[in-house]
Amino acid sequence: MVTVTIATSIDDACAALDADPEALVIAGGTDLMVEVNRGARSVSNVVAVDRVPELRGWSLEGDRSDVLRLGAGTTCADLAEPSLAKLVPALAQAARTVGSPQIRNAATLGGNLATASPAGDTLPVLAALNAEVELRSSTGTRRLPLDEFVVGVKVNALAPGELIAAIRVPVLDGPQEFLKVGTRNAMVIAVTSLALVVDRPGRTVRVALGSVAPVPVRAIEAEVLAAERCDFDGMGLPPDEVVDRFAFLVADAARPIDDHRGSAVYRRHAVSVLARRAIRRAFPGVSAVAL
Amino acid sequence: MTTSEDFSLIVNGSRRSVVDAVPGESLLFVLRERLGLVGSKNACEEGECGSCTVRLDGETVCSCLVLAAAAADREVVTIEGLASEDAVLSDVQQAFLDAGAVQCGFCTPGLLMAVDALLEADAEPDELAVREAISGNLCRCTGYGRILDAVDRAASARRTQVTP
Repeated sequence: MVTVTIATSIDDACAALDADPEALVIAGGTDLMVEVNRGARSVSNVVAVDRVPELRGWSLEGDRSDVLRLGAGTTCADLAEPSLAKLVPALAQAARTVGSPQIRNAATLGGNLATASPAGDTLPVLAALNAEVELRSSTGTRRLPLDEFVVGVKVNALAPGELIAAIRVPVLDGPQEFLKVGTRNAMVIAVTSLALVVDRPGRTVRVALGSVAPVPVRAIEAEVLAAERCDFDGMGLPPDEVVDRFAFLVADAARPIDDHRGSAVYRRHAVSVLARRAIRRAFPGVSAVAL
Repeated sequence: MTTSEDFSLIVNGSRRSVVDAVPGESLLFVLRERLGLVGSKNACEEGECGSCTVRLDGETVCSCLVLAAAAADREVVTIEGLASEDAVLSDVQQAFLDAGAVQCGFCTPGLLMAVDALLEADAEPDELAVREAISGNLCRCTGYGRILDAVDRAASARRTQVTP
């Protein structure tokens, strides 16, 4: 007998997963049902988590309320709401590029993580933010940094019986950008994407790339250059040679492949263009800041 | 092995039982094949085309990507629920007819659901908002010009109705 458990609490969901650690966890269904419809995934027991209120909300934590805890069931539509968008603008930008309004109403942040696709739109942003993933099971809670959670092409670090409960990201003081290249403006899977976040008080820039490697990659050397050469006080436009070098180092961090969506050469070029655009938008120069 | 399971959905205001569904059936499949509501169309089955758009607890979703059994007891509104019970077309439906925004008609149910939800949330959408709202609904006939016109007409009609 196949059972569909409609969980109404995290404990509920964990109990159902305890009973059958192989059960399919379904939230929005926008990735999972594609596989089910295609016949690529047989349906065993199912734990539906889209009616768990604890998974839906968000809150600010920490002594200075500078850590945002997002329930794993936060939808892409929720992320694009102004109240969340002002806390993590790049995440809102990324969420807004996911699929269509219909998809964004259902698709969740936790689902994007669980799918762990190289093209997952929120993943470069979470990588740039040094996000932490909170996992729950009937035996307790553990927290993993993003790069220990997304470990390969569509491979995550969930243990049997575990559930993604929440994602923690810092609320930073500084501009953020998410840029994505696809074949059109809507309903598109990223050919390549880039997230850039600035921590003005920390005088750092962090950059992560999507769709150019099996997992989201950070462009560490580009980050080092930006930390040394960017104007965190005036947010002035970096000199051309710094922008050029930054773009080169970002492209150098990419490990793209040829596939049906684009060639490795094109992806490496595109990501350098995105790097240029992002750093200039983040450090727009005095006149733009005054505006 | 597959096992049957029974659940019910609230479809267009009425509770409908679903018996002998096979695990993994989408809401779209259940609406069309088990409840006889064939207005929602089946095309891509992967959330790209929007022809299966329904409202689930008020929000537009692709019904092909909703696991039917997981939607038990939730409120579903399909295209069949848009016209009134005595078959008077809704303002959005009428606007699509008036604007000639229907050609083969396959995308129409999904577009009507998307536009109905848009106008409920935003009575005066600008063109960008309209384009974004229907970005998940593919039409291969019209080139969208007459659909945009229909949305304008429906928005005007709705405003006129609200402030006579």
